[in-house]
Amino acid sequence: MITVDNLVKSFSSRAGSVRALNGVSLEVQAGSVCGVVGPSGAGKSTLARCIALLERPDSGAIRVDGTDLVSLDGSRLRAARRQIGVVPQGDSLLRQRTAAGNIALPLESAGVDGPVRRKRVGELLDLVGLTDKAASYPDQLSGGQRQRVAVARALAANPAVLLADEPTSALDPETTGSVLTVLDRARAELGVTVLVVTHDMAVVRRICDDVAVLEDGKVVEHGKVLDLVSDADSRTAATLLPGLDQGEGLIGTHDRVADVVLVGFAAVGALLPEASNRFGVELAVLGGGLTRLGETPVARFRVGINGERADSALEWISEAGAVVRRTPKGPQGVAA
Amino acid sequence: MISVATVFATLFGIPLGVLLHVSAPNGLRPLPVLHRILGVVADFGRSVPFIVLIVLLQQIVTRPLLSTSIGPTAAIVPLAIGAVPFLGRLVQSALREVDATVVEAAVTTGASRLRIVRSVLLGESAPALVSAVGVTAVTLVGFSAIAGVVGGGGLGDLAIRYGYQRYDDRIMWTTVIVIGLLAMLLQFLFDRVARLIDRRRHVTA
Repeated sequence: MITVDNLVKSFSSRAGSVRALNGVSLEVQAGSVCGVVGPSGAGKSTLARCIALLERPDSGAIRVDGTDLVSLDGSRLRAARRQIGVVPQGDSLLRQRTAAGNIALPLESAGVDGPVRRKRVGELLDLVGLTDKAASYPDQLSGGQRQRVAVARALAANPAVLLADEPTSALDPETTGSVLTVLDRARAELGVTVLVVTHDMAVVRRICDDVAVLEDGKVVEHGKVLDLVSDADSRTAATLLPGLDQGEGLIGTHDRVADVVLVGFAAVGALLPEASNRFGVELAVLGGGLTRLGETPVARFRVGINGERADSALEWISEAGAVVRRTPKGPQGVAA
Repeated sequence: MISVATVFATLFGIPLGVLLHVSAPNGLRPLPVLHRILGVVADFGRSVPFIVLIVLLQQIVTRPLLSTSIGPTAAIVPLAIGAVPFLGRLVQSALREVDATVVEAAVTTGASRLRIVRSVLLGESAPALVSAVGVTAVTLVGFSAIAGVVGGGGLGDLAIRYGYQRYDDRIMWTTVIVIGLLAMLLQFLFDRVARLIDRRRHVTA
């Protein structure tokens, strides 16, 4: 749907030249939600501004439905901008206009007016759950409500892609939830492809199908969130999965110790007890926990296994679809 | 005299301010040469003492336009022209107060520059623009006193002719107070309108 191809962008100042984007490539499937994460200074904002067509990259391409948008000018650039709905970073609403008036702005630009425009604004207010705030001015709305109006405005002209730049950075965790719900609804009900640039892993946890990790102007990791969590070396996994730093003292008392990542209802619910039954081993959870990525329950446990068939049990768990990584046990002698 | 001059000043001052703003290096349509020229015009225009402006404009604008260079109607010409650069700068700084994020958000919707100027820049700064026109109108009250030299009439004229030249302190002080009250009234009205149309921080009880 949207393809970012080898984007390079440098800024020069008196202090010298800084390469904010150093060959960023990214692909987001139609109708999916992709999160772009990374530490401050990684180039997230620059990437967002390039995709919003506010900044022109030095080289590279941004394609929506196969058409490259970076080299366009004039009225074709304006038309291209309507394909990408942008929720900018920070407060971006017209403060002298009502919520409805703000949402109507892109429609005015597109020449949509009269009853058609009113109907569309009504639909969008409904989508973001602010029908009763249509006549309110931004200063009468809460931060989360303002952000939802910004999302509705970004969606007004029926864009193929919705780009949200740090949509939750100024919000508390509860309000963040309401904004993320709206982004998720936009994808579900309008089929729009969503790209969220954020430093907040909670965003990835809640709504992202895919994630791209940006560092020093490069994508260092890119893939489906549920695939990445199964990858032991993935940074995404390291931040999204429950921590393991409990139960260190218990490791020595077990024949085998392993870290197990379980994805999905069936795996999380039944795999470990079944392994225990099937192989007659004693299986204890030493650390880790359960979390949820979108709708999918995901668990990472550090398990200790006692019993003759401990190895077979681990093998079976692995074959059943879980990711098993054996942890080197403490010194054997001490355990005995 | 003041009201007509204010209307004319607004008609030209706001477009001047908009052009100054959008042609700036980081504006919507950077045009360095135009920006420089307009800047010089605006600053030069404001620096000319009003009395000099009246005389200066008599031959080149006022007479060709109205076929007279004296009287209240003729005084409107220098008043309006003198106020344009003043208001232009005020408008420019009002537009500068519009948040860049808001403007960029409008850019990303694919809005044309004209629409951004109208809906975003002018729309968002409307209260500030009303205030700017108010300040201009009050300034014109002061300027109009000088217009007496070309028979512009008005209160300032009265103060000079009767108060100063005939040593009539009563008329002098009365006119000064009336001028003061007029300025205050104008300021009050414009502030009131500015507040009425401002939608920021309106709390509904």
